[in-house]
Amino acid sequence: MAELQLKSWRFRAEREADWRRLETLLAKAEAGGAARLRRDEILELPLLYRQALSSLSVARSISLDQSLTAYLESLCTRAYFIVYGARTRLPERIARFFLRDWPAAVRSIWRETLVAFAITAVATVVGYLLVQRDPDWFYSFMDPGLAAGRDPLASTAALKATLYAKPDAREGLSLLASFLFTHNSQIALFSFALGVAFGLPTAALMVQNGGMLGAFLALFVSRGLGPQAVGWLMIHGTTELFALVLSGASGFAIGWSVAFPGARTRVDAVAAAGRRAATVMVGVVVMLLVAGLLEGFARQLVQDDLVRYAVAASMLALWLAYFYWPRRAQP
Amino acid sequence: MTVRGVATRVKGLKVRRRLESGAHELVTPEGVDLRLRVGSYGDRFVALLLDFLILMGALIGLTLGVLAVAAATKLQGVGEVLGVIWLLGAFLLRNFYFLFFEIQPKAATPGKRVMGLRVIAADGGRLTADAVFARNAMREIEVFLPMTFLFARGQGVDAALIGLGTLWSGVFVLFPLFNRDRRRLGDLAAGTMVVKAPRKVLQPDLADTDRAASGGLTFTHVQLDAYGIKELHVLEDVIRSADRKAQAEVAARIRAKIGWEGPTDIADRTFLNAYYAGLRGRLESRMLFGHRRKDKFDVS
Repeated sequence: MAELQLKSWRFRAEREADWRRLETLLAKAEAGGAARLRRDEILELPLLYRQALSSLSVARSISLDQSLTAYLESLCTRAYFIVYGARTRLPERIARFFLRDWPAAVRSIWRETLVAFAITAVATVVGYLLVQRDPDWFYSFMDPGLAAGRDPLASTAALKATLYAKPDAREGLSLLASFLFTHNSQIALFSFALGVAFGLPTAALMVQNGGMLGAFLALFVSRGLGPQAVGWLMIHGTTELFALVLSGASGFAIGWSVAFPGARTRVDAVAAAGRRAATVMVGVVVMLLVAGLLEGFARQLVQDDLVRYAVAASMLALWLAYFYWPRRAQP
Repeated sequence: MTVRGVATRVKGLKVRRRLESGAHELVTPEGVDLRLRVGSYGDRFVALLLDFLILMGALIGLTLGVLAVAAATKLQGVGEVLGVIWLLGAFLLRNFYFLFFEIQPKAATPGKRVMGLRVIAADGGRLTADAVFARNAMREIEVFLPMTFLFARGQGVDAALIGLGTLWSGVFVLFPLFNRDRRRLGDLAAGTMVVKAPRKVLQPDLADTDRAASGGLTFTHVQLDAYGIKELHVLEDVIRSADRKAQAEVAARIRAKIGWEGPTDIADRTFLNAYYAGLRGRLESRMLFGHRRKDKFDVS
């Protein structure tokens, strides 16, 4: 015999208003963040959330109405993520990123950064020596598209002209800058992502990059244009190469934690390394943006070698100081 | 490892509670398991397709818009600005579309929202921006790398290398097939996962609104003991579906099973409602006394 009123029915009737109230608050919070809630509503939210959770536990043990339990589960899940997913607001988060998170993340992968730098440097030297011996090696390192006519067949005068190309009424500079930026960022993201495969493909990318640099330098040095070429390259190169080294380093950080997770489980170690590396990578994209601007604008507008060297050195000093200058540990 | 060590390990494994497939345990600090469901492959694939469609639509829109402005102005200097806008726009779309939507409170891209999915931190903590960035940056090798290999063409050694590359990148693509939580590589690198978190509407209680509609029918204990919880839930689905044919069929079955001898001229819907209310009351009150009857075969 069915009782006049089921216990589960009475249970629901007593609490339904609170659930609905929680639902309205959640809809509001989800639409525009917790900032949209009024003061009293913010105070109300955790209470209603706990009430809904306890309703869920009770419903699971006394009610057989599956639509009710499903509703409560969905409601509690939504509330859980609002209540415990407390976030700072965007401006604060951006400020925090540049003031603390990014430099800290970069510092935390200093070992990988050294390794990535060493790989690039060795590859550069090897590329340089090989091309110096036999100019034909140039074609194995350089992508013809990127070389854009700067190859061993070009005359010295033509090579020199590429270093000091006068912009025609600054036509195409910003286009070039944005193309270089997007191209480089994509490569940087790639070498970060490839880190999961134990960092080996990342190392291969770094070797390729270094080899290209070495081959390029060897070509220009062989024509007696060495210092000029370095100036042309490094005005943006200190920023760009630094960024690429960092992206390689963050790939290595992930690869290392995949191979040697240490005391933690592999999944946990990879997740921790991945988040840290991701912070570095957001910054790398910013660095590449700066490099793209330098490459697209400054390089074409600044024609004097000494000024180019000065810009290159000061950019490098700036980045190094920003990342590695010792600072007080914050709470 | 010693034999004893192995034994303790095996014992430890046994103690661990087996979760049904697709379930993910997330215990809130208040100690309640939210029993999340891991997003299914189909749902996630459709969500990804939707997102890619939206992305492509946005790109085409961007291109058309840029072209339209270029055609309208016909100025010399504008071409370059438009080129910059297009390049940067495409870059932002490709890399920050997912990031932008997943750091919102709903933690889901439009495609995921349609499919009722959301991204969570696998440990139940808060989903941070760097985690979202990491999981989406990994898309480079999960989607774009295999595509590069697929569209690359070569001969001889090159072809063999491309073939190997395709196989190798296939490992990344098929990664979600080989772990219980269906996490892709990006999820692993970020410590996130995708769960089903649809928004449910509170439906009317069948044992309440239709009490009057139950027509005062009563059932004996024997009649109510014909079924268990599983059947009750099927019955609930049938009543809520409002499918008359199914209701007629089920009503006929129940009548036959319980040997119904009451009035025969009542509507099927009324009969089902009355039986549902009766059965739920019976099962719930037995549950309060500690007996949870799984299904009709569960007799004790």
